[in-house]
Amino acid sequence: MSEVVQPASLALAVTRPKTAPLNWRKAVPLLLAAPLLIYMLVFYALPVVAMLLRSVNDPTWTLSHYATLIDDVVFQKTFWITINTSVTVTLGCLILGYPVAMGLVRARSMAPFILVVILLPFWTSVLVRSYAWMVLLGRHGLVNEALLALGMIERPIRILNTPLATQIAMIHILLPYMILPIANALRQIDPSLIRAASGLGSTPFMTFRQVILPLSMSGVAAGTLLTFVLALGFYITPAMVGGPRDITLSMLIAQQVEQLNWAYAATLSAVLLATALAILAVARKLPGVGNAFRTSMR
Amino acid sequence: MKLAQILPASVVGLILFFLAFPIVVVAVVSFSSATYLTFPPPAFGLRWYEAYFSNPDWLKPTWVSIWVACAVVVLATFLGTLAALGIARLPRGLRVVAAGLILSPLIVPGIVVAIGIYYAYSRYGLVGTPIAMVLAHTCLAVPFVVTSVTASLSGIDPRLEQAALSLGATPGATFFQVTLPLIQPGVLVGALFAFITSFDELIVALFISGTGAVTLPRRMWDDLRFQIDPTIAAVSTLTIILTAALMGAAHLLRRRAERNRMATSSAAP
Repeated sequence: MSEVVQPASLALAVTRPKTAPLNWRKAVPLLLAAPLLIYMLVFYALPVVAMLLRSVNDPTWTLSHYATLIDDVVFQKTFWITINTSVTVTLGCLILGYPVAMGLVRARSMAPFILVVILLPFWTSVLVRSYAWMVLLGRHGLVNEALLALGMIERPIRILNTPLATQIAMIHILLPYMILPIANALRQIDPSLIRAASGLGSTPFMTFRQVILPLSMSGVAAGTLLTFVLALGFYITPAMVGGPRDITLSMLIAQQVEQLNWAYAATLSAVLLATALAILAVARKLPGVGNAFRTSMR
Repeated sequence: MKLAQILPASVVGLILFFLAFPIVVVAVVSFSSATYLTFPPPAFGLRWYEAYFSNPDWLKPTWVSIWVACAVVVLATFLGTLAALGIARLPRGLRVVAAGLILSPLIVPGIVVAIGIYYAYSRYGLVGTPIAMVLAHTCLAVPFVVTSVTASLSGIDPRLEQAALSLGATPGATFFQVTLPLIQPGVLVGALFAFITSFDELIVALFISGTGAVTLPRRMWDDLRFQIDPTIAAVSTLTIILTAALMGAAHLLRRRAERNRMATSSAAP
């Protein structure tokens, strides 16, 4: 055995990085990654880029498609609805998500149960969850029946196919993306800090306000940005439960493709993509967010 | 318990109810005996499951979805695992570019990916074929495989591979006998995620499944345009059970791998 080891380690010690066999070894990682990189370029990246190029080369090289957006009433209304929905949904997720994240981190015996309740909807497809809200919010749905029974309304009200339905369903779908990063940040807070605060006479509210909340901000920022970026691109939920006139950017893009209006669809896609990437670029600059972001993407 | 404890607990309880209730309603409605959607159901029965299992219009898309998802698992797990092994050893600049390309489907809005793929695939006559679905879904599934395998690779003690190599094992033997067993949980979790990603995917399917490769989510979507009869509740319940079982398995696998890793790293000096 030792006769085998000796020459091998000697060879390693003698060879310099510049020699041929080591160069080949350097190429191994690239060779391993190459099949997937080529695959992703051919079947995903180049198709998307080719489609986006239609926004600047249809019929010849031009920026006119972007210029017309400035006076495009339909685009501006749609863009506003998209941003407005995303902001509302993100705020809703933050308000509902923070207490649940705290509950998850604080709970001892109940923690696995809470985790399952958070993860079960998380693991269910967007289509099924949107369908669930169609069942609940319909004219004869459970929510209307309950409100009627409680005497809060006289006759069924219209909830399905309104912006409110979109917001409720999207909050439901995106809530776990807010809860998990916040819970991650809360878990990393040193418990002795909280004990120290209360030992020094701080009330629970003061401890929360001055110790827990500031220390969980990286999770809050990561969850907020993640939720917002995902909300921007929502298509299925607003199309299923939203109002017929409350069109989001994704729905407008799909509509334009159906009418084979590729230049316009590509221009809108570029705007949507640029908005999402700009938010992510800002997110990566914030201290602590990059890290929390990466762990929550898994 | 004091009010200060009951109040936060009940707020959390209400929000958890909001999270779980819609799923529960779908499951309960699917066992309804009524011919229309109503809650609570007047009586329970399996008629909507019978309606699903006896209707080829539902079963055919189910099989298409299963076959596409299985093909995606093979392709995405193979390409993704190889790439994860390579990327971890790439020089930093190249690694950032490669990871950016591979992980970008997580960030790029679904509609942009879908119409880009539709735009290019339709040029090559791929729209409406199961092959197109597999090719496209693999791109969406790969990020999950790569992140999962990368995570388990980063937990490996590099001395184990060095020891195998210095004891005379060939790089191939080192990979198959040392590295692969260590990253196996990560590969498996990635494969499960790949299956669910494809099985649940709708936006790309809306554009490229055409009439020749209608998947289950696409069939549900088409049906919902005209009616919301409880058959969809039955289909939904079945998919919830399937995905929850697979995701639960992935979750437990990952937890166990993390625990093992912590045990080995704390045992090391």
